[in-house]
Formats: sequence, structure tokens, C-alpha cells
Amino acid sequence: MKIEFILNGETQTIDVHPARRLLDILREDFHLTAVKEGCGEGECGACVVLMDGKAVNSCLIPAGYLEGKSILTPEGFKETPRGQILEEAFIEAGAVQCGFCTPGFIMAAESLLNENPNPTNAQIREGLSGNLCRCTGYQMIFKAVRLAIEKGEGLW
Amino acid sequence: MTISKSIKRTDAREKIRGEAQYIGDMSFDNPLYLKTVRSTRPHAKILDIHLPDLPEGCFIIDKSHIPGKNRMRTVVSDHPILAEDEVLYIGQPILLVAGPSRELVYQISEKIRIDYEDLPAVFTLEESEKQNCVFTEYSFSKGEPDTAFAQAARIIEDEYRTGLQEHVYLEPQGMAAEVKDDTVFVYGSMQCPFYVEDALTEALGRPSDKIRVVQTTTGGAFGGKEEFPSLIACHTAIAALATHHPVFLIYDRDEDIICSTKRHPSIIRYKAGLDDNNRVTVLDIDLLYDAGAYCGLSPVVLQRGIFSATNVYNFHHLKVHGRNFRTHTVPSGAFRGFGAPQSIFGTEMLMHNIAVSLGLDPLEFKMKHILKQGDPSCTGGKIHDKVILPELVERALDLSDYRQKIQKKKKFAGVGISLFLHGCGFTGNGEQLIKGKIILRKSKDRVVLKISSVEMGQGADTVLRKIVAHTLDLPIEKVTCEIRDTGLVPDSGPTVASRTTMIVGGLLKTAADEMKSRWNEAEDFEISKVYHHPDFLTWDNDTFQGNAYPTYSWGVNVAEITIDPVTYDIHIEKVTGVYDVGRAIDERALRGQMEGGIAQGAGWATLEVMKSKEGKLVQHNLTDYKVPTSMDVPEITCDFIDNPYEFGPFGAKCAGELPMSGAPPAVVAAISNALGIPLKEIPVTPEMLMELERHED
Repeated sequence: MKIEFILNGETQTIDVHPARRLLDILREDFHLTAVKEGCGEGECGACVVLMDGKAVNSCLIPAGYLEGKSILTPEGFKETPRGQILEEAFIEAGAVQCGFCTPGFIMAAESLLNENPNPTNAQIREGLSGNLCRCTGYQMIFKAVRLAIEKGEGLW
Repeated sequence: MTISKSIKRTDAREKIRGEAQYIGDMSFDNPLYLKTVRSTRPHAKILDIHLPDLPEGCFIIDKSHIPGKNRMRTVVSDHPILAEDEVLYIGQPILLVAGPSRELVYQISEKIRIDYEDLPAVFTLEESEKQNCVFTEYSFSKGEPDTAFAQAARIIEDEYRTGLQEHVYLEPQGMAAEVKDDTVFVYGSMQCPFYVEDALTEALGRPSDKIRVVQTTTGGAFGGKEEFPSLIACHTAIAALATHHPVFLIYDRDEDIICSTKRHPSIIRYKAGLDDNNRVTVLDIDLLYDAGAYCGLSPVVLQRGIFSATNVYNFHHLKVHGRNFRTHTVPSGAFRGFGAPQSIFGTEMLMHNIAVSLGLDPLEFKMKHILKQGDPSCTGGKIHDKVILPELVERALDLSDYRQKIQKKKKFAGVGISLFLHGCGFTGNGEQLIKGKIILRKSKDRVVLKISSVEMGQGADTVLRKIVAHTLDLPIEKVTCEIRDTGLVPDSGPTVASRTTMIVGGLLKTAADEMKSRWNEAEDFEISKVYHHPDFLTWDNDTFQGNAYPTYSWGVNVAEITIDPVTYDIHIEKVTGVYDVGRAIDERALRGQMEGGIAQGAGWATLEVMKSKEGKLVQHNLTDYKVPTSMDVPEITCDFIDNPYEFGPFGAKCAGELPMSGAPPAVVAAISNALGIPLKEIPVTPEMLMELERHED
């Protein structure tokens, strides 16, 4: 079926099976490989993208659902001012180890701060609870988000 | 600038931007995808295999395609690469289907029918013990345990248990292979490129110069990518040779959990003899580790388990007996801590429970038994280095306000403390056998590290480059690592046993010191170094006497927990960790290891329930198997006290595995403290606590 949607700001028309996963469309059809498959069932968050500004697991979004939607992937986000602030904050806080979960955490952090520019520590924990990290114990990821809020004053 | 001052991780930016190339991000021309057809029976004879008609361009690969020996090479090479006539666990690989799309190979694999004749199977450690299905058995002793038991004023017997644990590296296992000019190239997510090369040499029956193993960015490992990748590397290489195509084999999470190695479940039995002053004078420890269906590297896991079983304590008389048992379940393998977290959990909880049962303060009781510099270890090797455990304890008590909190005890809130150590580097004579090699190459104003130790998330690239850059007074950007390609780097040994910083970093430091003194000799030159074991260390691998490890890193954890009085849900509020790892090469990287290890240890102790029922895993996806999320992790405070080690680079010892052993006994002691009941098994679940409370009432 033919589907028209916006991908990283550009209108795209694709002809795919309506059940094809957004994750596969991104990775295989558009070669956007920053989104990762960690579980394929919406538990780990490694494939998070923003759909109309909200974090979704791209492994759970079928193509048929994409019509008219706007999708932002890590590739489209990384050069934005907010993307740059989060990048620096994650580096400075030491929030990256193996890195497989990291692009998903960046997108989840963007979604969290978009909704709530001044989250409490408990709200940061809750906002990131859809993303798994097995390396860091999360402490430095929490710190990175707080650092981004500080550095990006007014950006969110 | 001191070496410990943190720098930015060298690989963080490309990972954040999603530009790092993991195996799944690679591309090949016309690749085939592989799907593994697995045993659905825990123990059976394969009678017949019915294959469907294959579409053009699809292939079935079986044991007959293996050019060399059908065994995956490791410590005990007993696992067939593809099953022969018998299967020993659910999930054992039997065939590979290759085809141009994932969907197609999946469909074909679903149509394959296998006829089995079921054979008797053993599912639990207890059953296996009854039937005496022992893979390996070790024992050693110290002093005169029999006399000491005869003279003991009091004897206490107890049993402790630990459960399965799955690594859940965020990147599932994956490999790719292609044949170019008669050389087999294998790419993938791995800890040990030369283990993979060794396994391929044997399975393919070709010399190592016709094999190249290339590590791709590795998305976490924790031991899960120590020996297991050798198996799937063989699968991809055999398939690439058989089909004349590049092939991809990337597991989805369910498949990864079902068939990859896990932490050995254990039962540990103790008999302790105490004197009139309530000091444990003699201890008898009997360790039972569940190796699963194949032995693999279980012997060395068990060795670390038995040599760590006395933990930080000096028991004057000792009897240690350890056995690996076969069960018809997925094989157990390497997992952060490598057999030590099990025995340290048992011994820490034994000490805690003995103290509480005698009405003594657990910390005071433990401190009466700790090792000091000059003491003999459990295997009679002298503790050469300064032991600063009392300082670590004091710092942890101060940072956590433990004394105050243990006195003001409220029901459903508790605090617990654990003391622990980790033997640095390989067990016994492992380092002498491997003889790690490194090369440092100068090209004008740049230096390249040629090593096989990999970056897998732990920060090895940053730390090793920093050791060299710091020594040579070069900016870190001028010092880089060669790709981990067995055709380009020497074998500096596997990335395991917390040996990378201390052993490989130590070799790099020596080479960098030499390079510094010879810097102006030439524009381009190389220095290579081979590991030499310090001469004052002794080890007899037949009697298990001497220095099982060159040195130890040490730690203290304090855990604070609350329990929901209605649901018995366990909330780990805070964990404080204080460590002696010699010296931090990079404090933030080190802190990252400690925080991650605390979360993984706390997960194993509470959340991470994995059971197997008649050989089948009950939890086999991330919905059922819960690892700590951002909502579950405690607040973590870490601190370090310098205690430089003479033979480590800048004084560094080991670090990565150490925290895995600390959190479980601290958390469980805190839960025990909250409810006033002894606990002897992990994971501790709300259901278990409710049941125990009911019994108490």
C-alpha cells in the first residue's frame, strides 16, 4: 500500500505492506541505522523515534499507521540545537558505555523535555523508564538530562 | 594532571549520533540471512529430518557441511557446532537455513519437521547430584579441618542458592561472514577475537592465516560474548563457504535468550566450626554449579568460584569441594564475576546469618575474620599487597550513615553491608599460558595501539589510549587503537577476567615508557611486549596451592531498602560503594563500571527471575525477564581509595567484575534486616518474603 509521511522534515511516499514495521522501513529502506533493534517487542526503547513529537517504539509501529505522521529519527535530530545540547550533556556526564541504547535514550530525553522542560528527578526516572540500559546503572544518564536542562536553558 | 582525572570517552560521540557500526548496521552485496533450526527436546535422539522443497537461492546447512571438526573449541570442546545424532537441550542448533530474506528463511525453518526419540533427562542440580552427572570436580584444603571441627565449640550447617541470570547486553548476538580470495572473514559482536579465530581454525580445518576475525562495535557483553560468539561465528563461516555468499546471522531477543549462555545456578553448602569466642575457625564449603548441557568453560568458572569462596576472610582451617553438574538445560557460561558472585553471596550471607543468629553485630563479626597483608589466601598464597579493607569500611559507614541507620531500625526498612573482593586477571596460571602480546607503533607524531582487547562498552579504548597518551605526553587524539582484526593485531588475550587494564594496560605502559625514552630514534618504529608473570608469585595447578591471583581488588557496599508492607515489593533506595582498585585510570569510566555493576547485581538479587521448567525457560523475552529500569535502580554513591599496585599501570588493579559480587549480599542483608528473617536464596521475590513471613508467624 502507498503511504505518505514526513521523515526528518521531508515528505516521503513509500509502497509497502501495511504490517511492515517502521523500524525495518527506517533501517532497511532508508538506511537510517541509528535506531536499533534490542527486543522487537517495545520493552527496551533502543528503536525510539518521535512520532508527531512523542516518543514511540518504532518496532511497534506498522506502516499502515504512518499516513500523514511526522517521524523524527536520531539522524534528523542530531544536528538540531537541542540534539547538540543533549549530545554534549551525554558526553560530559559519562552517560554512554556500549552505546546500543544511547540514540533511543537521546530521543526519549527529547520527548521528556519537550513535554516537561523542568522535570524533577522522579519525573526524569519516569520519563526514561521505557528505555533499558544494562551498562550504566542509569545514574549518569539522569545526570546527562539534568545537565542538558542546565546547558540548554530556554531551548525546551 | 593525575591519570585518574576523567576525560571524554573517545567513542561517545559516534555512539550518541547513531553512527557507530554494530554488526546489524553492516551491509554486503547480496547477503543471505541465516535462521537456526533448534532442538525442541531437552534430550533426544534425532531419528529423521524432513525438509521442504527449497525455493531457488535457499540452502540448508547441516553437520555434513562442516569442513573440520564438529566441535566448538573452548576449554572443554564438547558442544557440537551443529547437532549430530543426539540433542542435549532445548534450543541446541541442528540446522541452518540460508536464503535471501529473513522472512523466507523463517518460513522455511517453520516447515522443517524433525522426528525425535526422547531420552531420559535431568533438569535440576539436585537430580543431577543424585545421579552423579558430574563434569568436573575439584577440592583443596588448608590447615587441619578435621581436627578443628573436632575441637569446635559450636557447629553451624547451612545451604545457599543462586539463580539463573541472563546478560541482556542490549545488542543481541550477531555475526556475518564472507569469503574473499580464499580467506574467510568473520565480523561480529564479541569479546575475544582470537577465541573466535581458534574455534574457526578447528571447525573449518584451515590455517589461521586463511581466517580473519574482525570485531564490530559491540553493544554490551558482560561475559555473554566471551565463548558463545565462537559458536555462531562457526555457523556463519560454514554457511558462507557452503553457499558462496556473504551471510548474516543476527539473533532476535527471544532466540538470544533461549539459546545463549547464562550465569551458573548454584547450591552452596556450608559447615562452620566456631570457637568459644564466636570466631569461625574452620569452614567446609561444598559448591554445586549447574553447567547445563555441555561443559564448555565451566571448569574455569568453577575454579574462580571455589577460590573466591572464602571471600575477604581468613579461615585458618578449610575444606573446599566444588563440582560442575550436567543438566539438560541451556549451557551456562561466562558472566561478569565468573563464578565468584555465587560463592561470595553464599559466604557473605552465611557470615551475616551466623552473626544475627548469635545476637552479634554482622559487621563486627565479619571484621574479626578479615584477611590482612601477609596472611595466606585460601590456597596458601601470601597476600603480598596492603589490605585497606578497614579504611574502605570506615569510608562506607561514613558516606552511608550506616551506624545511625542500623540502630534506628524500623519494620519494613533495612540496611545491610557486604565486604567483597575480586581476584585480578586470569585464575591460576592462565596469564602464563596465554602470554598476552601487544604492539605499540609510532608513526611520526602519532601512536597506534595494536591489541586484541576489545571495547565492548566498558571503556577499554579510552582507558588504554589514555595510559599510552599520558605516558608519552601526547593528546589522546594522537593515540588510537587498530581495528580488532586478527590479521592486524597480536593476541593480547581475551577481553575477560577484568584483566584488560591491569595486564594489557600494564604491557602498554611498559612499551610506552620505552617508546618515550627512544622517541627521537626514528620517525616510525614498533615496540612489542609479551607478558611476564611476576616471579614472586607461585601456583601449582595440580594441588591448587599458591597465588590463585596476582592481587585482589576490594569493595564494601551498604544497601538501604524498604519493603511495601502490603505487596512485599522491594525498593532498593540507596547503595553506597567504596572500592580499592589500586588506582583509577579514569574516574568517571570506573564509576560507570561500579554503578552498572551495582544495578546488575541488585537485579540478580531481586528482579531477575529466570526459571526453567523441564528444560524450557519460562522467561524468554524482556517482557517476562525483568532487568532493572530507571524506576528500579537505587541512588548510588561510589568512592575510591587509592592503593597503588606495583605491577599495574599507574597502580591500577582490576575493576569491571568487582561490583557484581557486592550488591547482592548487601541488598539481601538489608532485606533480612528489614523483616528480621534469615535469607539464603536469590532472587528474593515478594512471594518468597510473604511465604517466609507466614512461616515466622
